[in-house]
Parts: sequence; C-alpha cells; structure tokens
Amino acid sequence: MTVASWEITTNYYLILGALLFTIGAVGLLTRRNVLVMFMCVELMLNAVNLTFVAFADALNDIRGQVIVFFVLSVAAAEVAVGLGIIVAIFRRRRGATADDLDLLKDSTS
Amino acid sequence: MSSRDLLDLIWIVPALPLLGAVVLLLFGKRIGEPLAGWIATGLVGLAFGASLVMFFAMLDLPTDVRVNVMTLYTWLPAGTLHVDMGFYADTLSVTWILLITGVGSLIHLYSIGYMHGDERYSRFFAYLNLFVFSMLMLVLGSSFLVTFLGWEGVGLCSYLLISHWFERNAAAVAGKKAFVTNRVGDVGFLLAMFLIFASYGSLSYASMPVGAKAISGGTATAIALLLLLAAVGKSAQIPLHLWLPDAMEGPTPVSALIHAATMVTAGVFLLCRAHVFLDVSSDAMTVVAWIGGITALLAGTVAILQPDIKRALAYSTVSQLGYMFLAVGIGAYSAAVFMVLCHAFYKGCLFLGAGSVIHGNHDVQDMRVMGRFRKFMPYTALSMVVAWLAIAGVPPLSGFFSKDEIISQAFLRDDYGLWVIGIIGAAFTAVYMTRLIFLTFYGNARYEALPVISGGSGEEVAVEEHEVDITDDADSDPSPTVSYGDPVPAPVGHPPHESPPVMVFPIATLAFLAAIGGIMNLPFTNLEWLDKWLESSFRGVPEVSPDSFIGGFALEMLTFAIALCGILFAYTLYKKGLARADRDPLNEKLGPIAPVLGNAYYYDEGVSRLVGGPGRAVAGWLDRVVDTKIIDGAVNGVGSLFGLMSRGVQQLQDGRVRRYALAIAVGAGAGLLYVVIWLGR
Repeated sequence: MTVASWEITTNYYLILGALLFTIGAVGLLTRRNVLVMFMCVELMLNAVNLTFVAFADALNDIRGQVIVFFVLSVAAAEVAVGLGIIVAIFRRRRGATADDLDLLKDSTS
Repeated sequence: MSSRDLLDLIWIVPALPLLGAVVLLLFGKRIGEPLAGWIATGLVGLAFGASLVMFFAMLDLPTDVRVNVMTLYTWLPAGTLHVDMGFYADTLSVTWILLITGVGSLIHLYSIGYMHGDERYSRFFAYLNLFVFSMLMLVLGSSFLVTFLGWEGVGLCSYLLISHWFERNAAAVAGKKAFVTNRVGDVGFLLAMFLIFASYGSLSYASMPVGAKAISGGTATAIALLLLLAAVGKSAQIPLHLWLPDAMEGPTPVSALIHAATMVTAGVFLLCRAHVFLDVSSDAMTVVAWIGGITALLAGTVAILQPDIKRALAYSTVSQLGYMFLAVGIGAYSAAVFMVLCHAFYKGCLFLGAGSVIHGNHDVQDMRVMGRFRKFMPYTALSMVVAWLAIAGVPPLSGFFSKDEIISQAFLRDDYGLWVIGIIGAAFTAVYMTRLIFLTFYGNARYEALPVISGGSGEEVAVEEHEVDITDDADSDPSPTVSYGDPVPAPVGHPPHESPPVMVFPIATLAFLAAIGGIMNLPFTNLEWLDKWLESSFRGVPEVSPDSFIGGFALEMLTFAIALCGILFAYTLYKKGLARADRDPLNEKLGPIAPVLGNAYYYDEGVSRLVGGPGRAVAGWLDRVVDTKIIDGAVNGVGSLFGLMSRGVQQLQDGRVRRYALAIAVGAGAGLLYVVIWLGR
C-alpha cells in the first residue's frame, strides 16, 4: 500500500506557529478589551513556545525546550499579575477598554 | 606626669565653659537665678585654675621647645585639606587663656550682682560661658580654621549679648550692626585662609613656613593685609570701628568682658599668631602701624567729648586698641601683648566701675548728671581712680609701662611719625579719662534737681539719636553741648548707692591688678619677664632696646610729662564739675570743631548715608536687573527650553496601550527586516 507519506515536518509546526503569532499580534492591535488583548499576548507567547519546541526537535538540541519552560513560568507569573490588574480595573469601572486607560498621561497638555 | 602630658590636657580649659553653656542653655530656667550665675562663674574659675596649671607646665619646659600641639580628633578629612581639631599651646596662647579665664571669672562674678533680677538671667550666663569657650578656642586652635571657628563663635556671642535687652530697639539694632560690620572683616579672614592653603597646602600653625626664604614677599603681603582686614573688623579699628561704640547697648559686664578685655583683642592675637607673614612684609607692617596710630589718635579726640560714660570708654577702648596695632605694626609684638594684658586690667576695671555707677544711679549713663559720686560709692570711686591713673600713664602703674613701652619702641625703631602720634594720643587719653573721673566722682553733685535747660529756645524735643541735626543745634546755640540729647537725671529722691560686695570685689581686684600689672614687664635688664616668656612665640623677631638706660628713661619721662599736662588741663576744666548740666567747658573751648568731634567726625552718619543712598540704589539695581533678569533669566530659560523640547516628545506618550503595541510591532518588524535584508546578504 502506497499511502502518500504525509510526514509532518518541522515546517508545519513553524507555519502553525507563525499563524498563531500573527493571529495574536493582529488581535492585540485590533481588539480593545483588555482581557482579550491579554489572551492574544498569551497566544503569541505560546506560538513562540511552539516554534522553540519544533526547532529543539529538529536540531536535536534540548536547550530550546529549556527556554520554553522559562517562558511558561514567566507567562504564569504574568498571568497572575495581569489578571489581578484587570480584576482591579473591572472593580473600579464597568468594562475594561484599553483606550480609556490613559490616566497616566499628563492631563494638562 | 610630665609637663607635656599635662599640656595634652589643655582641652579641659575650653571644655569647662562649654559644659556650663550647654547645661545652662538646657536647664537654665530650672536652675534659676542665683545658682545659674554661680555655676557659670565656678566653671570659668575652674578653667582659670586649669590655665594656671598649663602655665606652670609650660614654664617647666625648656625655653626653646615651649610649644605643644595636641590633636583631639580629625575634624575635616577632605582630600588634600586635612584639618584636625587640635590645640596649639605656646607661650602666646597660654598668656591669652590666663587673661580670658582670669578676667573672665572676675566679670562673671560681677555679673551675678549686676544682672540680679534680670528676666533672662540664666541665658545671659549661658551666652557668657559660650563666649569664654569660643574665645578659648580662638586662641588655642591649632590651625587657622579652628581659630576661625572661635572667631565666629565670639562674633555670635557678641551679637547675642549686645542684643540681650532686645526689647529696646537700639540694642537690637546695635547687635545687628556689630554682626554685619564683623562680617566685612571675616571676608578678609576667609580669603587669607584660601590664600594660605593655596600657597602652603596647610592651615595648621605648626606647618607654617618661617623666614623670608620660604615665603614670597607678595604672597606674604597679601595674606598679612587680608588678616589685617579681619583684625580691623574684630578689633574695631578705622575704618570698621563704628560698631564698638554702639555695642555699649549691651549689659555693662558684656562691654567689659567682650568689648574691652578679650574679644576686641582677638585682632591683635591674630596678627601676633600670623607674625611670620608680617615679618617678611614691611609694607604690611607699615599699614598695620599706621592704621593703629591713626585710630589711636582719632578715637582719642572723639572720646574727650562723649557725655555717655560707656561711650567715652568705648572710644577709649578703640584708641587703646590702636596702640596695640601700632605696636604690632612696628614689630614690638611683646609690647602689644603687654598692652593687651594691662588694658584688660584697667579697662575691665573702668567698665565694671562704670557699670557699678550706672547700677547705683538707676541706669542713668549720662556723666553730665553725675558728679560727687565718691561720697556715695567710695570703693568704686577708689578703684576707678586707680584705673584712671593707670590708663593715663602715671608711674608706677601698669599703663605707664605698657603704653610708654610702645611709644618708646616707635621712637627706637625710627618711626618718628608714629612716635609723635603716640604721644599726642597719650595726651588725649589723659584728658578724656580725667574728664570722665571728675565728671563722675568729683565736682558738684548733679544727680537730681538741677534745672535742665535744653539748648536754645526750648522748642526742641529731646534729641534721641546723636546723629540727628547737630548742625541745627549749633546754629541756634552758641555753645553746642547737645551732641547726645538732653541730660536727663535719675528720678528725684533716689540718691546713688554703692554696689553689693559681689560687684565691688571684682572691681577692686582689677584695680589692684591695674596698679601692679607693670611688674610683668619692667623696663630693666632681667626684669622683662613677659618679653622673655614670649620669646619662644616670636622667634626671629628682632628686639630693639634703648642704647642706654638713661635714654629709655628720658623717653618715658617725656611721655609721662605730656600725659601729666593732659591730666592738669582736664583737671582745671572739670575740678568744679559742671555749672550747668548742658554746658561742657571743653565743648565751649573747642568751639566749632566740638560737634565734629562729638559726632565722631560724622563717620557713622556718612557710612549710613553712603550705604542708605547709593549703596541701596546699587543693591536695588542688582536685585532688579542682575538677579531677576540675568541670573533668574538664565535658570528659567534653561527650564523652559527643556520644556519646549519635551513638548514634542510628549506626543509620543499618549497613554494608549494599543498604539504602544503597534509601535512595538512595527519596531520589531523593522528590526527583523534589518536582520533579514542587511545581515542576510
């Protein structure tokens, strides 16, 4: 049986990673809700993670996987802080639109 | 314990009055009236005892090594500038600490009686102790900077004590005047220190260069003249003398301690301490001598007409300090120190006596309404008569030896101009002191019930300020005596009285010292103890002695004869007192120049006019144009320039998170493109 060998090469992972990253980046730039933007950031991070793992496998180098652990732990920390901030914002005002959060700007000019 | 170990303990001497000042400032109110004074007096007395120990320890050292430097701790370690908090004990500073603590403790004792019932009794003693501490630091400091610390300390205490009765506006103003005038001199001190450090890399006395080889003439002249400026301010010499007569607004013990016996001699001390610079600069010496001589003469001419007993003594002090500067200027340092010591005795006695007179006469200071007080205060009168004969130069009292030594030294060093000035000044000294004594203690009693006729038609209100409108008075009155307002006697029914023993004792002691002080330095071979004692402090300074004993004797007798003429002249004028309280015979004799002398050559008024008129205008111009426009303009201009620049950049940070994200994305994309296109080639 000659099944067309549908081998999943590294390129597929990279393309998937690029797609996910682009979706995340575009989402970050276009959406206004802070929570959604936050999720987009996570998407981008994980796209990068996927790329790292793919290369680690392809190049047979464990270091790529090690970096992923670092990224994951940093992302976890970021989630903890970021979600806390978002919850605080939600408590202060109904809704969390990024464009409204410009209080740190010098209001006199 | 060897002598050097003892001398290392010299820090105890200033520490004792400092302790007193701290205790009295913190707990003075609780300690209360008599005790606060006794604590202060006791601590200064203890310091005198310690000073005596130091004196004998110093005496024990061989004559050629009579210097002991001890370092308490490092005060300022700043790069190449390294200043120790140290004490420099040599014969000069030990002489001075004996004087400060000795006369100081007597005056402290006197103050217990004089300040009785004062509202701020304990604070007065706290400041007095602080003053003694500062003055001791001034003379004991091991470097110019430590001396400067004491120098500023005594200036501060002088200000605080002149303004002790600050409810009186005149006292508050006089304190400020003294303080501000002294700042002018302090500029000289600071600049001199900068110059010394820049030239020799150190400020400590022990490392000062010695001799003409080590010091270039120009630098030495500059340093000496700057130090002279400082000394002129502190010692009230022309042209910065104007603060001292006004300083008499302070309590009389303050006038005696600070403005006669000790602080005002700090200028003489400084010049003695820095004599290495004077020695190589004959130009600076000439300036010092002539400033002293001119001051001695002019202040003497002013003193003869002052109706206020304390102001007359103040001008006398200025004049006597002039003699000390004259002595320093001709290189007769030990004669200057001798004069400082004797002057402290007799002028201290005179001031304390004047304080006793004022105290017993219900705070009236005007000599025109005194007279015949010897009947009421015999001890004060006797003491002041002794001090009067001493200052006038009657042998064998101390003033004869001290002043005549200076005058004959001027002759022996061929400074005949200064010699003549000194002799004329001595005559004036005799005149004003005789006038003071006879107006106060002899003649007719004018302390009450004398008709007070104001000069002229009587339309004037009593003139309070002596500067005001003297010319108008002179026009309306053929004999202008009123250079000081009308004489106002004490309230009727309160005859003068003698002071309590706690005040009389210091006066009598000082009178005794004034009488025998000459023993310190008799002009006979092997009896010049002070000269020999001070020799190690003034190494390399040439000594000049008269060729023969007869020659020296003739010189001194000549001066004495002139002084005697002055005494007799004033005696004939004042032996009967004043016929009318507002008519001063000397004033009438002098005629048109009397108001000039009575008003101190209008110098004070001139300075006021100069500073108040053009001076104020220049300061106003500086304020409006230079300060506001140029200096503030530059500062504000820099500020607004950066403001303008930041306005453009500010637009970038508008607070929109998504725009930041876009900027990051574009930046990251551009970076990526750069890597791919440029580095990938």
